[in-house]
Amino acid sequence: MSDEYDNNKSYQAQSSEVLDGSAGSINPDMDYVRPAEIPEQDLYHAHSFIEKWIFCQDAKVIGVQYFLTAVFTGIVGLILSWLMRLQLGFPELAGFMTAEHYYQFVTMHGMIMVVYFLTALFLGGFGNYLIPLMVGARDMVFPYVNMLSFWMFFVAVMVLMASFFVPGGPTGAGWTLYPPQTILEGTPGSGTGILLMLISLSLFVIGFTMGGLNYMITILQARTRGMTLMRMPLTVWGIFTATVLAMLAFPALLVSAIMMTLDKVLQTSFFMPTILKAGEVLEYGGGSPILFQHLFWFFGHPEVYIVALPAFGIVSDLISVHARKNIFGYRMMVWAIVGIGGLSFFVWAHHMYVSGMNPWFGFFFATTTLIIAVPTAMKVYNWILTLWRGNIRINTVMLWCLGFIVTFVNGGITGIFLGNVSVDVPLSDTYFVVAHFHMVMGIAPLMVIMGAVYHWFPLVAGKMLSETLGKWHFWITFLGAYSIYFPMHYLGFIGVPRRYFEMYDSPYMTSTVGMNEFISVAAFIVGAAQFILVFNIIKTLKTGKKAEQNPWKANSLEWYTSTVPPEHGNFGERLPVVHRWPYDFSVPGAKDDFIPQTTAPSEVANTEVEKT
Amino acid sequence: MSEQKIDGFELKPGFKGMASDTGSDQTMFKGVHWGKAMMWIFLLSDTFVFSCFLISYMKGRGSTIVDWPNTSEVFSLHVGGVPVPLLLIAIMTFVLITSSGTMALAVKYGYEKNRKMCGWLILATAVGGLTFVGMQVFEWSKLIHEGVRPWGNPFGAAQFGSFFFMITGFHGFHVSIGVIFLFIYTYKVFAGHYDSKKRGWFTKMKGDYVEIEILGLYWHFVDLVWVFIFAFFYLW
Repeated sequence: MSDEYDNNKSYQAQSSEVLDGSAGSINPDMDYVRPAEIPEQDLYHAHSFIEKWIFCQDAKVIGVQYFLTAVFTGIVGLILSWLMRLQLGFPELAGFMTAEHYYQFVTMHGMIMVVYFLTALFLGGFGNYLIPLMVGARDMVFPYVNMLSFWMFFVAVMVLMASFFVPGGPTGAGWTLYPPQTILEGTPGSGTGILLMLISLSLFVIGFTMGGLNYMITILQARTRGMTLMRMPLTVWGIFTATVLAMLAFPALLVSAIMMTLDKVLQTSFFMPTILKAGEVLEYGGGSPILFQHLFWFFGHPEVYIVALPAFGIVSDLISVHARKNIFGYRMMVWAIVGIGGLSFFVWAHHMYVSGMNPWFGFFFATTTLIIAVPTAMKVYNWILTLWRGNIRINTVMLWCLGFIVTFVNGGITGIFLGNVSVDVPLSDTYFVVAHFHMVMGIAPLMVIMGAVYHWFPLVAGKMLSETLGKWHFWITFLGAYSIYFPMHYLGFIGVPRRYFEMYDSPYMTSTVGMNEFISVAAFIVGAAQFILVFNIIKTLKTGKKAEQNPWKANSLEWYTSTVPPEHGNFGERLPVVHRWPYDFSVPGAKDDFIPQTTAPSEVANTEVEKT
Repeated sequence: MSEQKIDGFELKPGFKGMASDTGSDQTMFKGVHWGKAMMWIFLLSDTFVFSCFLISYMKGRGSTIVDWPNTSEVFSLHVGGVPVPLLLIAIMTFVLITSSGTMALAVKYGYEKNRKMCGWLILATAVGGLTFVGMQVFEWSKLIHEGVRPWGNPFGAAQFGSFFFMITGFHGFHVSIGVIFLFIYTYKVFAGHYDSKKRGWFTKMKGDYVEIEILGLYWHFVDLVWVFIFAFFYLW
């Protein structure tokens, strides 16, 4: 710092937001914050074990319930991916697996990971836990419906899991469930399996709507005094925008699920064209399979950002805290999140370039798709500029954040390839696509989840996770994930098709054997490495070091609760009053390198500190 | 729009006012009960559900290989041997729109703490909704009687029955849910739960007359959706 500043000068602590230029003069109204306009929330306190831990209305408990349920389904998805990799890398060891099994595993892995794991984890898990704490509310505005939301999700997961045990097994139509083959005989699980899948998705949408209404309204209508929208942590912005997307995108999924259920159960022909089967015309006729694709991707593309935006938000906060610097371009970050959210509704048909459409349509959707790269790139630059000359702590959380940036840029660049129609057509349905979306919406958000777990675990459990185990976990996952997905790009370029059970005597068989074996081994190791975290959590809960309040020296409200972990009602007798944004780190002249959001301007305005 | 003050916050009209509300702390919609805001957001989401249904219907109707049935014949009612198109639908629509009117009045009397009037008007709304559902049941059974099924019908494209039963069924489901809540609220109003701020059976939240307005929002929405369904199915 010494070159830029006059050595004899002393500095006044200020944040750009609070004192806008009027530094020095003490304004008597400096600390004024408007009085409360909403009445104190009338909380219903639990009286029994069941009300406290099972049918609980406390958003924090609901968040943990969501988290654990989502992790459970995630582990199921992980095991399915192992089985797939076993078949692809070492088919001779996977003799028990038929092609039908393989399709079922592909389908369930995809659906579980996208909807039941990532969406539920980010919005249900982190959303529930963090929103009320970060905006300074005592709980979600409608705790009862919030509780129903989790139990609806729980039932949806149970229905989904039940499909593994019905005759015919779960559906094997691919996670996109394209008709007509999804519900026709010959596709694995075209009987009960697909029905349970559709019912489960509908339940998920209903459950999510209940939660999503709570997340949105808590953010819009129940912030604490002084908490303006532009003082909210980016985590809240990310989760908020993702929730808006979900509220508008899930309807399309619900409608397509209802219509397909009717096609299956009542032989309607919404999505079913005239079909010849073994020379016989089926009952169906006159429907449009492309209609399903439009509905599905109108949901499916925003869904990508429902997963990505909370990750963007959370990682911004983590980077800022652990680099001890304010987030670079906060407003730009907010607008980028909102802009990406808005644009995500106008790109869906880039998943359908090979479905057959008017070339002008493809042109339009390619253009909108590539425009999304602009706000996304802005965000990446801002993360890097936040790190630039920051006081970076290379701890586990920061490692995950750095891993995220690299992985995300990687997956994003391949997205630019696939967004162009002429490049996408030869690459579509190859391993290049698999590599792309796993990098950008699988591994990258997962890295943020891991970082967030290491970051907020001290708050949730009151104990510090082991850094050593965390670093092992990170490096194995990071290097392993690259070992899995980097070669897949190559496989895609040479044309290896995805979703194939076996390559038989195709040229791919001979030239890719070694690579497939390598990918599979890496996948086994990475999957196993995730249990380091499970072990770490169990060990920490038993013998871990007790966390002090606010161990990371962060500014946002969740670290300033009356107790750690926070109790029902979060903030004790008085709600916090917010005076600044949550990014006042390393403010020149301030006593500490962080100024909590609750610190009034007068407390820091005239604390002139000699520069050291 | 008249200017109001809410706890030291001046509500300004126009775009400037919107910007200052948005930029303020605590709430974005000043003076709006959270439940009302929540219902509005839910209705926005529900609008997307019905939009998806109706757009699918347009697409489905536009791309069938068989001609669409002549709707003015299919939906006509025989009165004294003469087919009268749109008769039943006109009555159904009238009943439903009227129930919107009684609902609006119920909200007004609710805020005036006129418990009796409020209760009777909600009951009237519930009865109107129930009548609507009853007539829908009649129409469905008539069509089923004439051979219209979700998977086919004697008048033309099979998709006619599919879309008709699905979309009017989904709307009828909304009306039925509304009717159930209207009856519950009737009881709660007459029992004075909103005056005594009695806690809800499940939610454990203190009752307030704003709940009637929230239910009213839902009810008006259901009516509005019906107008679109009416236009798309019966007039197209």
